[in-house]
Amino acid sequence: MTRPVSLLTCVALGMSLGGRPVLRDVHLSFESGTVTAVLGPNGAGKSTLLNCLAGLIRPSSGAVRLDDSPLPDMPARARARRIAVLPQTPEIAWPVEARALVGLGRTPFIGARGLTTEDEAAVDRALAAAGATDLAHRSVDILSGGERARVLIARALAGEPDWLLADEPMTGLDPAHQLDAVSLFRAMAEGGVGVILTLHDLSLALRVADRIVVLADGGVIGDGPAATALTPDLIATAYGIRAEVKAGLHGPVIEVLARL
Amino acid sequence: MKALNRPLLYGGLAVALVVLSILSLSIGRVWVPFEAWFDPGSDPRWPILLELRAPRTMLALLIGGALGLSGAALQGYTRNPLADPGVLGVSAMAALGAVLTLYYGVAALAPWTLPVAAVAGALLGVVALMLLSGSASSMVSFLLAGAILSVVASAGVSLALSLAPNPWAVAEIVDWLMGSIEDRGWPEVRMAAPLIVLGCGLLLTTGRALDALTLGETGARSLGVSLKRTRWVLAAGVALAAGACVAVTGVIGFVGLVTPHLLRPLVGARPGALLGPSILGGAVIVLAADILVRLAPSAAEVKLGVAMAAFGAPFFLMLLLRLRKGTA
Repeated sequence: MTRPVSLLTCVALGMSLGGRPVLRDVHLSFESGTVTAVLGPNGAGKSTLLNCLAGLIRPSSGAVRLDDSPLPDMPARARARRIAVLPQTPEIAWPVEARALVGLGRTPFIGARGLTTEDEAAVDRALAAAGATDLAHRSVDILSGGERARVLIARALAGEPDWLLADEPMTGLDPAHQLDAVSLFRAMAEGGVGVILTLHDLSLALRVADRIVVLADGGVIGDGPAATALTPDLIATAYGIRAEVKAGLHGPVIEVLARL
Repeated sequence: MKALNRPLLYGGLAVALVVLSILSLSIGRVWVPFEAWFDPGSDPRWPILLELRAPRTMLALLIGGALGLSGAALQGYTRNPLADPGVLGVSAMAALGAVLTLYYGVAALAPWTLPVAAVAGALLGVVALMLLSGSASSMVSFLLAGAILSVVASAGVSLALSLAPNPWAVAEIVDWLMGSIEDRGWPEVRMAAPLIVLGCGLLLTTGRALDALTLGETGARSLGVSLKRTRWVLAAGVALAAGACVAVTGVIGFVGLVTPHLLRPLVGARPGALLGPSILGGAVIVLAADILVRLAPSAAEVKLGVAMAAFGAPFFLMLLLRLRKGTA
């Protein structure tokens, strides 16, 4: 499946929450078909950046654009068809069946008649892609944390969006399912989807991402190809730790040595 | 949760409604058997059927459906299985509106003012509820907001009672407050039906938004749902449906609480899927309760509102205890 190249851009983005600046003067441009990992310490503004890029919150200053449409003023339904969001701590209010939850991902497409066969097919594909097919008929309240994470990833895939913005999608996944998620995000990018993830695991970021953006104190302090972006100095500035970048079997790995 | 086949669920509820409607037309002080139904004019029981039982049955269906649906919609919106127009103080606010028209005697001069005031009171209640609970709409903040509204409304009603110009006004208000569909006729049906149908129609359009709200407010917005629109449609729908119910019957609580809770496992817990069945389920519950009330061997009929509270309050308590254990 190939899609036209799409651009998600923010210019001079600034955001204050409760009088405290959370993002300042962020200029970033993302191209679809790539995986970008947004890194940074707790409170660096990663989630806020993701919410601004998703058009869910109005920035205090600056602008966000999806191709030619300014966010967040783009019609909500049209936006939701193109950008899927996977929040950090997703709420699931009712003990619905996993398949029904994944079906919610079709919300921007369905009319008065409910899910069509086309929608159902998209739900099946999403369940399969997220490795959650065998969970489809389980109630979400009895799923383990990792199973729930997979179902929620499937929910985000069900809309077959151009963009996937995921906040800490790897949290709660065991190493095997983390690797599955890495391949899933890679496969999506190869299919032309723009994937933007926030992550805490630096080695995982190197493994999944084409590009790494590092935030600290609401500003961009590092941005570049994954292979070269993370230097010991940058890691020290961002996280206040001493770390070494070593050659691993599948590319560079980060060894964290000590707190500075 | 595994959902029951929908035609089966609707079919079952519809059959229950038909059976209960037949019983409701037959049962009372005077037993009106089936054969008397088709003998207009000559049978002396015909007026009982047409002028008393038929509007009463109709009203039970209307308010049961309206309250069941209002409860289901409010629970879906608040993601709170304890929400209900009664529990959240919306009915109490509607009652305050209606009582004011009784107090000032306006209702006697212009009967249409009572439902209008009840709907206005309910609308004020829903809007205040949304403002009081704020954007961080946790279960606790909603219930607290509801408690505040109930207190304010009942204080207003008490004030009206204590300042009432004469004992007849007091008697009228008290009698009306207890909640009953006894001695209601076609005028009440004609007054309530359009408002209830309109309110229910509005509420039925919120299904997809309520489904999306399963993922929380941010989740719903990321799926392209307009929360602002949902909020207004819901407020108007609940105000019309619940307000009209209060206007004709006084406060009948717990229908909106019990109905969605009983049906939720059968529809697979999806809030949008719960709306339609809650109309039928609410109608079944109110109709059944009204038949039981008529059968009670007491000199005066037990008020329906009182009977529902006697059944609903322990249910509410049980739900609360189960929620504390995290199993509801």
